[in-house]
Amino acid sequence: MSPATLLETPAWPDSYGDEAKPRVGFFTDTSVCIGCKACEVACKEWNQIPEDPQGYTGTSYDNSAELGANRWRHVAFIEQRVEVNGVEGSAPDSWVQEAQRQQLVDQGVETQEDDAGFRWLMSSDVCKHCTEAACLDVCPTGSLFRTEFGTVVVQEDICNGCGYCVVACPFGVLDQRKGDGRVWKCTLCYDRLQDDMEPACAHACPTDSIQFGELDELRERAEQRVEKLHERGISEARLYGHDTDDGVGGFGAFFLLLDEPETYRLPPDPVVTTRHLGENWKHAGVAALALAGAVVGAFLGGRR
Amino acid sequence: MIEGSNMAECHPVGFQWVVEAKERGAKVIHVDPRFTRTSAIADLHVPIRAGTDIAFLGGIVNYIIENERYFFEYVTRYTNASTLIDEEFRDTEDLDGLFSGWNEEEGTYDGTSWQYEGMESFAAAGKREAGAMVGQQAHGAHGGELDNGEPPRVDHSLQDPRCVFQILKRHFQRYTPEAVERICGIPRETFLEVADSLCENSGRERTSAFVYSVGWTQHTVGVQYIRTASIIQLLLGNIGRPGGGIMALRGHASIQGSTDIPTLFDILPGYLPMPHSRAYQDLAEYIEKNSAPTGYWGHAREYMVSLLKAYWGDAATEENDYGFDWIPRLTGDHSIYPTVMGMFEGKCRGMFLYGENPAVGSSNSRLHRLAMANLEWLVVRDFQEIESASFWKEGPEIESGELVTEDIGTEVFFLPAAAHTEKAGTFTNTQRLLQWRHKAVEPPEDCRSDLWFTFHLGRLIREKLSSSRLKRDRPIKALTWDYPTEAPHDEPDPEMVLREISGFDSDFNQVSGYTDLEGDGSTACGCWIYSGCYADGVNQPARRKPGHEQTWVAPEWGWAWPMNRRIIYNRASADPEGKPWSERKRYVWWDEEEEGWTGHDVPDFSDKKPPDYIPDEDAKAEMALRGDEPFIVQADGRGWLFAPAGLVDGPLPTHYEPHESPFPNALYPEQPANPARQVYERPENESNPSSGAPGADVFPYVTTTYRLTEHHTAGGMSRALPYLAELQPEFFCEVSPELAAERNLEHGEWATIVTMRTAIEARVMVTERIKPLRFDDRIVHQVGLPYHWGYGGASKGDSANDVYTIVLDPNVQIQEVKAASCDIIPGRRPRGSALPEFVETYRERARAGNGGGS
Repeated sequence: MSPATLLETPAWPDSYGDEAKPRVGFFTDTSVCIGCKACEVACKEWNQIPEDPQGYTGTSYDNSAELGANRWRHVAFIEQRVEVNGVEGSAPDSWVQEAQRQQLVDQGVETQEDDAGFRWLMSSDVCKHCTEAACLDVCPTGSLFRTEFGTVVVQEDICNGCGYCVVACPFGVLDQRKGDGRVWKCTLCYDRLQDDMEPACAHACPTDSIQFGELDELRERAEQRVEKLHERGISEARLYGHDTDDGVGGFGAFFLLLDEPETYRLPPDPVVTTRHLGENWKHAGVAALALAGAVVGAFLGGRR
Repeated sequence: MIEGSNMAECHPVGFQWVVEAKERGAKVIHVDPRFTRTSAIADLHVPIRAGTDIAFLGGIVNYIIENERYFFEYVTRYTNASTLIDEEFRDTEDLDGLFSGWNEEEGTYDGTSWQYEGMESFAAAGKREAGAMVGQQAHGAHGGELDNGEPPRVDHSLQDPRCVFQILKRHFQRYTPEAVERICGIPRETFLEVADSLCENSGRERTSAFVYSVGWTQHTVGVQYIRTASIIQLLLGNIGRPGGGIMALRGHASIQGSTDIPTLFDILPGYLPMPHSRAYQDLAEYIEKNSAPTGYWGHAREYMVSLLKAYWGDAATEENDYGFDWIPRLTGDHSIYPTVMGMFEGKCRGMFLYGENPAVGSSNSRLHRLAMANLEWLVVRDFQEIESASFWKEGPEIESGELVTEDIGTEVFFLPAAAHTEKAGTFTNTQRLLQWRHKAVEPPEDCRSDLWFTFHLGRLIREKLSSSRLKRDRPIKALTWDYPTEAPHDEPDPEMVLREISGFDSDFNQVSGYTDLEGDGSTACGCWIYSGCYADGVNQPARRKPGHEQTWVAPEWGWAWPMNRRIIYNRASADPEGKPWSERKRYVWWDEEEEGWTGHDVPDFSDKKPPDYIPDEDAKAEMALRGDEPFIVQADGRGWLFAPAGLVDGPLPTHYEPHESPFPNALYPEQPANPARQVYERPENESNPSSGAPGADVFPYVTTTYRLTEHHTAGGMSRALPYLAELQPEFFCEVSPELAAERNLEHGEWATIVTMRTAIEARVMVTERIKPLRFDDRIVHQVGLPYHWGYGGASKGDSANDVYTIVLDPNVQIQEVKAASCDIIPGRRPRGSALPEFVETYRERARAGNGGGS
């Protein structure tokens, strides 16, 4: 377990002793994602997640909107024009206006005869299973826990629905289920892991965009993949959540992206929201002491 | 090269191999009207105007010839490039878009002048009738009567003006990069990049593959699209070699299987033609007309008699021609569309639908709903009550008042079907690979497999006929219908069906393959090309040896027809002397020491026939072909650049506009669309005025249908499933920002799409994935319509197919829904009786030739 100790979390592996298993996770390589959404469906089938119709959203081919209590894998679709003819990547609503403007200018429609500058990115998002997980830190019931695989799981029979974790998550992954009140999220298929099976989403992914495995091995593979893409001239390829020095100590489920995280609606620099908790307590302690001192001082003074 | 296919979306599981090939250095080019999930992964996406692929591919043929990029030795030795064609032959270049032999009155070709020079022409029985190719080998599987497999006249220098190569060169010489740009809207630089990439990646050391799908087939010239790709692949030497070929991706699992063992009206299992009522007197004449003295069709008798023995067992004897007279006879075009239209006239009174939803999935689905209301009875076997089972009470025509439930006499039987996980059997995929799937669970409640239903239906009919003495009942009574059944539902044993398909001798010993079949009634075989799939009493398609435990060809995974060959015509992977074209592309070769063919795959050639073999004068069938002729099913052993037989709309592909097009034919102004296409003008199926005809400007936009990953075809397998329905919850249309601006369409709001048939509404998706293209000085706007929806299920919407017309490719009777014309306006369509009234205003404008300034 030597290289994996780099990714040691506060509760893993130490608290498991001999029962600790190698830390596992996902490497989601968005450069080969074809947006088939098999991961979304396989996840819902296996975990028996309720249906969650959002209606026609008009957001490219994405009608499931975002991760939530009823969606533990979500495939984002980003179609955009990048830096062509001075027209920057624009949201669907403005395309019509832009086109109208161009038509007026040109007195007729200019054809776009190739796809220069146009792209359609797809990426499957999931709980990051952070090394430093704020949701764990704030859970008052112990419902959220770090498993022997180093993953973060909610135990639905313990969750009291307080919602502290919902605001603590820097990615907005945790979510309360309406009409239920409890919090639900990706378990990295904890039940399957215990039976030596890979998670349902990775199993269903046809192009191996979602790769499951021991985290240290996945991290190595990802580095090689980025290098390979760079060699092929895809200089935009980068890893997201791979850096153990980032604000959450690295992700257990990390990504290869083809642009800045913001492009995929992911936070560029996530920070565990409980990072300053200790300091806060210290400050609070100092303040409390000062207050206590003042009170005592006042009392003593009074006696004078 | 992926063209006419959206592989990543429609075949995502198979697409993993494209992704892997790309990772290993393959360049992936996607030619498609839309930027799809396939384009997103491809190295290059080439937007093309829907319906112009022959112009584009023909441009590549012209590029290859003009720049001498063809594989010279392959072309001269393995194709019919050097063969001289009849001097009566005239090309479309000579006759303004028609080939010689055109009969204006009947709207059909007489292909006599398309023959090899000096050959006897086909007998009259080979002509098509009532729109259907009947009688003689409809699939062009042989080239007629050739002495020793050699065409009478050849010119190996390829210089004779009447040789195929020169005809081909002349035929495509106007398909220049400029013409491609003008017709397809593809800039010439992009076209040249594609053409050069293909040539660069072909030859001795490298091979290129084509992938197509219904984006090529669903046109009035669909067969000729694929023919054009065949010509390119033969010129570049990409057939019969690893990494080459043309992959036809199918619309469903086992569509390949349902042509091999056909659900089609004009062929019997193994592509044996269905006899016509007026074509053959007896078995001997059928065999004579459908076998060839040279090539593998020389064994047509063995295949046919064995099939008859499989049908009728002991009742099939030499005396009764093995029951040949019991085979039903064709009397015309019995393909699905004419049959459905026949319902209006009471010609078709009952219908079985097995996993088919014509009320949503067939072209002009509205016409199908209207037609089915004339049926006496209708049996629907599906997972839930699909639109084809409920149209009589919930269809849009009830709402519009065009149909009244109380007036519909159709008795509808809905029978729940078992899913593929609930039954065992085979799937045959595009590479002819049979894979057995095991039953995972028993079907719930009353759900049953199609095999169960068909078997027990037959059993009950036979019981009812048991005392009949009528001659017409004899074929049914004589059938071998004795498959053993299994508990708990009396399910017939599908392995016993597979055994029968594979074939056995009179002692019920399994045959090893089609070479064991006999024409004297001593063998029975349900489908000669599948013969051997149960060889040695082993269910060969059920083999699942992992890839890493065998060679890269993986011959022990499943079983491929014929004879477990993974690449057919693989003799072409070696040069005429039998040596691999290159080490890198080594596949099958002649082993000098062993004096036989060997290699990674089962050689598709007579094992011991040496490369320098020259047949004797009395040699028959495959032994009448030379040792350097790889295309062993053809009578001349060559790949056909020019098809002297088998096609009813011409021996060479020609650019025609779609039946409904806003544009004229830039190459042949006299012939806008394929002259031989099958058109059905009737009130429910009126065509849009087209190609500059008066009224054509009423429908100024190009429209095309397609599928999305999230749903399956007409939705019977997906729209009722919540997890899939929520991913694509509603019918939508895709338009470019420019078209949206032109028509005031608003993203996320509604639009109405109108043709002469009807009007439908869809949510608007404004996207730059749809590009406006250029045709001369006009802009081509395209409207994309995914066709999954109907009024039922959890994900609902109008049916895209409602607006398309029934117009068919004359070779295979497939509908043209991949390119047509339409109008699109903002807002929802009218409701109730206002809908037909609204459409009528369009019809009147179109008939009056008045575009109304649109």
